[in-house]
Amino acid sequence: MADTTLAFAHGDADPLRLAGESVVAHDGPAPKRIVTGYGFWIFLLSDIVMFSCFFASYAVLVGQTAGGPRGSQLFDLKNVAVETGCLLLSSFTCGLASIAAGVRSQRWFQAAMAVTCVLGLAFLALEGREFSGLVARGAGPTRSAFLSSFFALVGCHGIHVSAGILWLLTMMAQVFAKGFRADVLRRLLCFALFWHALDIIWVALFSVVYLLGSAV
Amino acid sequence: MSDQVQEMNNHLDVAPGDEDEARVGPRLLGYVVGLGLAILLTATSFFVAGTDLVWQPSIPVAIIVLAIAQMGVHLVFFLHITTGPDNTNNVLALGFGLLIVFLVIGGSLWIMANLNHNMLPMDQLMQMQR
Repeated sequence: MADTTLAFAHGDADPLRLAGESVVAHDGPAPKRIVTGYGFWIFLLSDIVMFSCFFASYAVLVGQTAGGPRGSQLFDLKNVAVETGCLLLSSFTCGLASIAAGVRSQRWFQAAMAVTCVLGLAFLALEGREFSGLVARGAGPTRSAFLSSFFALVGCHGIHVSAGILWLLTMMAQVFAKGFRADVLRRLLCFALFWHALDIIWVALFSVVYLLGSAV
Repeated sequence: MSDQVQEMNNHLDVAPGDEDEARVGPRLLGYVVGLGLAILLTATSFFVAGTDLVWQPSIPVAIIVLAIAQMGVHLVFFLHITTGPDNTNNVLALGFGLLIVFLVIGGSLWIMANLNHNMLPMDQLMQMQR
């Protein structure tokens, strides 16, 4: 208490720094970068909530095979492991692209994005091959409720990856044409978030659908 | 003055995906560590799923725990969502999202299991409708 009065006497208006942080935190709007990133983060979370509905329907319907094949008879874990490797590495190279954008290196950025694109396409090709193989074996989405929910869940992730690749190519073109402008960098931040979030969903997917499905 | 405030704001808020470090070395190290941990966890869960070495009923639990751990690794090392004071908004949004996810998945499983349990077996139901 004595210290406080002393500090006031020396003309320090806020000796305990009570107002310090709150005053600064509420002063004016946040920079556009922060607002954009936060808004996109909210979108990603809503996307994850949507995926949770697909997961819930899959979990409810996983036993309803209508006399058809079960997951353990259909899934090829080697294929899934390669798919997982592709997505993991593409997430890493996407991170490298963010670093390259941070140091404004056009060449490294384009190279890292190109590798990300190739890995994403490899993932899609493997998934497409798996799907067409299932349909050819008579285990298409119309066979049973289990397979309907399987194709809906995994296919929804595949559609997200396809959209992500289109976005990736757009970003490569924009950075090539416009350089590392502030608005392009904001879009890059959002793209990196999107691509990493897809990887998180894939982790849930290969664990719940493929590994648990083939264990049971 | 307003420039100064803006500057301090930049220190107080962090966009999701933002990193503390501006230099290449530490950022690269972060991604390498994240990739290493992710590969380790993925390899472990694929190994656990196909092995006879561990007690069989523990396998689903192990796979789910490994998956949650790996999602945490991705969040921290790739999406840079941390518990730092400047990351509060992002963490709060994530917490709310997770709440909804658990409500949707847990609630669906619970309700549908309950319905399944209380429903007559299908053949009896068919007979009643004749």
